[in-house]
Amino acid sequence: MIELNVSKKINTYKGTSTLDVKHNFPEFSVTKVYGPSGAGKTTFLKIIAGLVRPESGIMIVDGKTWLNTAEKINWTPQQRRVGFVFQDYALFPNMTVERHLRYATADQGLIKRLLQLVQMDSFAKHRPVHLSGGQQQRLAIIRALALKPKLLLLDEAFSALDDELRERLITDLKVILKEFGTTTIIVSHHAQETENFAERSLKIELE
Amino acid sequence: MEWTPIWLSLKLAAITTFILLLIGIPMAYWLSRRSSLVKVIFEAILTMPLVLPPSVLGFYLLLSFSPNSSLGKWLLEYFNLSLVFSFEGLVVASVIYSLPFMISPVKSALAHLPASLAEASYTMGKSKMATFYNVLLPNIKSSLWTATVLTFAHTLGEFGVVLMIGGKLEGVTKVASIAIYDAVDNNQYAEAHQYSLVLFAITFVIVILVFVFNRNSTGGPLE
Repeated sequence: MIELNVSKKINTYKGTSTLDVKHNFPEFSVTKVYGPSGAGKTTFLKIIAGLVRPESGIMIVDGKTWLNTAEKINWTPQQRRVGFVFQDYALFPNMTVERHLRYATADQGLIKRLLQLVQMDSFAKHRPVHLSGGQQQRLAIIRALALKPKLLLLDEAFSALDDELRERLITDLKVILKEFGTTTIIVSHHAQETENFAERSLKIELE
Repeated sequence: MEWTPIWLSLKLAAITTFILLLIGIPMAYWLSRRSSLVKVIFEAILTMPLVLPPSVLGFYLLLSFSPNSSLGKWLLEYFNLSLVFSFEGLVVASVIYSLPFMISPVKSALAHLPASLAEASYTMGKSKMATFYNVLLPNIKSSLWTATVLTFAHTLGEFGVVLMIGGKLEGVTKVASIAIYDAVDNNQYAEAHQYSLVLFAITFVIVILVFVFNRNSTGGPLE
């Protein structure tokens, strides 16, 4: 269970607004986060990952306090170790597909399995620059999964995949997320993208 | 033609570049992070050697390192080190003079890397140091090359600062650029030609190497 209640000031074209989110995410659930552009969806994910510090708030993950601004508790991103698929993929240009996964885990069996999951075994020695947009996105997803994270954050993670590939990936992802015991939060603009994947939803709006 | 001035120039450029790689890269990383007034002032001071006439910089370094100054006295008393008219003095002056040539390209390249690269590494549990060596540094390789070569070539061609702080002691501070000046001053044009040709050849080879190594970079080879 993730209990979260955070508040963060955000600069928008209208001036400064406040992002207030109070929500509980059940263990192993998949929640879709949606809302208008610029509402702070990516910022929300970064707050959870420890990459952005909110002005005030509390966050308890599986009984452990990751964040409590009143008590000056704020776990670093390294301590939180969430799986994060960035909107721009954030792939490392200097690393091959395989090296990306080895940077995340030493488990060779898991690396092989993840490469097979996204049908990228034959691209193991390729660098991101030699991959298509869809392949880059798949690499970003399996790099996050290689951590076997308790919490997976996906920022528009299926946007570059065709319908068939997305459907197949979602089916396989569900199996692997259940196996790892991962709670997932996915930001998406399109309802179709998270169909058959997210069973819960959370709307984010600025105040 | 004496080869000692050429050798001294190469030695000075190599040592200066090595020292600047050690201190310039961490400085560039620090400066590339979030800006602050302290950093702006610090960066302005670092950039001064680019715009100051070398003789001005050399003059102030000469005053600062002189045994009559408190810094010079302190160095002499505690380290038995005199930086005026010595090779060590040339190295210190060159490090100060070439600092912006190392820092500027590296800082600019680090600042242009997407923030998400480091963020992705942090979420994978990697420390700032591990992220710096595994992710940031390898992805600014071409800028690092450029900075190294520019620093080396710039030090090789130093004249004003070197002359002010080191004079022209044979085998100690008389580097190639000063040997050229000295030869011309003594109407030995053939010797000046020889030194100039060697310096030209060395710098040309260096620039060619940068272009070869950076030929696949998205920007220009010297960016």
